[in-house]
Amino acid sequence: MRRLFTYPYIVWLAIFVIAPLLLVFFYAFSGTDADGYTYFTFQNINKFFEGIIEGQPFFQRIYVRVATRSLRMALQTTVICFLLGYPLAHILASKGFRDKPILLFLFIMPMWMNFLVRTYGWMTILERNGIMNNLLRRMNLPTIDILFTDSAVLLGMVYNFLPFMVLPIYTALTKMDKRIIEAAQDLGASPRSVFLRVVFPLSMPGVVSGITMVFMPAAATFIIPNLLGGGQFFLLGNLVEQQFLLVGNWHFGSAVAVVMIVLMLVSTFILSRFDRQTEASEGGMRL
Amino acid sequence: MPRLIELVNIVKDFSQNRVLDNINLYINQNEFLTLLGPSGCGKTTTLRIIGGFEQPTGGDLLFNGESILHTPPHKRQLNTVFQRYALFPNMNVAENIAFGLKIKKVDRTSIKEKVQDMLKLVNLVGFENRSVTSLSGGQQQRVAIARALVCKPEVLLLDEPLGALDLKLRKEMQVELKNMQQQLGITFVYVTHDQEEALTMSDTIAVMNEGRILQIGTPEDIYNEPKSAFVANFIGESNIIPGTMLEDRRVSFAGTVFECVDKGFEEDEPVDIVVRPEDVRITSKDAGALVGEVKHVTFKGVHYEMRINTGGFTWKVQSTVQSPAGSIVGITVAPDLIHVMQKSAPVREVNAL
Repeated sequence: MRRLFTYPYIVWLAIFVIAPLLLVFFYAFSGTDADGYTYFTFQNINKFFEGIIEGQPFFQRIYVRVATRSLRMALQTTVICFLLGYPLAHILASKGFRDKPILLFLFIMPMWMNFLVRTYGWMTILERNGIMNNLLRRMNLPTIDILFTDSAVLLGMVYNFLPFMVLPIYTALTKMDKRIIEAAQDLGASPRSVFLRVVFPLSMPGVVSGITMVFMPAAATFIIPNLLGGGQFFLLGNLVEQQFLLVGNWHFGSAVAVVMIVLMLVSTFILSRFDRQTEASEGGMRL
Repeated sequence: MPRLIELVNIVKDFSQNRVLDNINLYINQNEFLTLLGPSGCGKTTTLRIIGGFEQPTGGDLLFNGESILHTPPHKRQLNTVFQRYALFPNMNVAENIAFGLKIKKVDRTSIKEKVQDMLKLVNLVGFENRSVTSLSGGQQQRVAIARALVCKPEVLLLDEPLGALDLKLRKEMQVELKNMQQQLGITFVYVTHDQEEALTMSDTIAVMNEGRILQIGTPEDIYNEPKSAFVANFIGESNIIPGTMLEDRRVSFAGTVFECVDKGFEEDEPVDIVVRPEDVRITSKDAGALVGEVKHVTFKGVHYEMRINTGGFTWKVQSTVQSPAGSIVGITVAPDLIHVMQKSAPVREVNAL
């Protein structure tokens, strides 16, 4: 009986996960010759790493630069989200706020609004004659022109992905056994050392999943750089979008997607190692 | 003996619910004091106030004669063994025990030494690098005790530390804890709902119910001279019978007049009579003050427990000699084994008014 219930999920997985994945791999490792015949090739992957202009140093090759820029921005986003998100989660999980779910609610509510609407909202705020600059002008302050720059893309990513950092950390903090914190106080730990020695290490699983949940979409996003970067800040996501929708080179687009999948797998692996380390010291050797 | 900790008129409300009502208690140096009571009686709250994890609504808390009401927990000279241990899951056994010493910036070599000493004391040598979550309840328990004791506190607070252990282990740990307390000369404040545990280990027992201390005394006092029907019933088993005090040393209950040793009651005052089951003597039908039928016999190992119905009241009687069920026997109680209690004021109803 139980096996019967798993069939819908297996079918679902096959249609929506495995088949598309196979298709992506199929396109990535194939080409179409002039007669319309499909053949196996590594040339799409090679193209990604070799770029267009021959003889350039590795990190100056165009697609490698897109990849490093993507990773760099994703990393910056993750770090900023962590620095903003941890204290925020800590405040939300603290005694004073814990029984006031309205604050958490207010914090989550913007997530219900469409992602595009929110990002367009930022465009009208950041425009040269937008809301922010109008305000600055009224206060006789110098205006800031950051729309279509790196900073605007970063701002948009941090804004959109921050909740994904806050929520897992918040959950880890609220789940924490209060008695453990009391035990640390009882043994003479000041509030600072309670945090550094007990609370922070125990919230690591939340931090790790927060990092994963911010880093992955940040490395793959293409709408935010499209809108807030004005298309000048070309990231891996934009490259895939361009290859599929504008250029129509599904083979190369898929190759980029495969490279992204590998990058994500590697970073997930690194993070899970990290997670397992904290869990190991937490749970010890579970034989 | 000097008073180490003193609770003065401590009151605690949780959202208009009074959980502690005027607690007055002092704890002497090197004393093993137990707060005993049913769950919800306020004993854990009392302990948490001493530990600094709760602020009382009113009253004062003195440590060596000085108020520590506004001292945060990490600056108080006492350590706690928490209910369910509250070990740090991200640290191994040795790191857990060393935690307090690391905070105090004790140097590494003496930390190592002291941790080893503690492991020896709690019988966990060789467990240094084990993760605490891989330990059994009893082992975790001992880590929690070692972690608290290594700081050499003047007072150790223990919140139902043996509650999660099985009976055999609990008995062993009771003896171990008592030995440790005597060896180390540390004051223990122990919270439990287990009357036997309290009787076994304590120098002094404070029996609590509904946020009040009902009686403070040595285990013998509390057992032999309970001051109220509640204490009598909570500590050990009791027959509690309504009666009337006729005059000094004469009391009437179960339809018969008995001699007793109590006095100072008003004439014809309604009272509660407490008789321990082991204090009821079974005699022949004619020699007893009361006559009844044995309804039920249970073998309990050391003794038999019998239910004897004397018409209107069923007595719980313990005796090493069995009277078979269905037999008619006489029962009698010696005057000094009849405990006369003032009818306890129905506390709840008074509060409701």
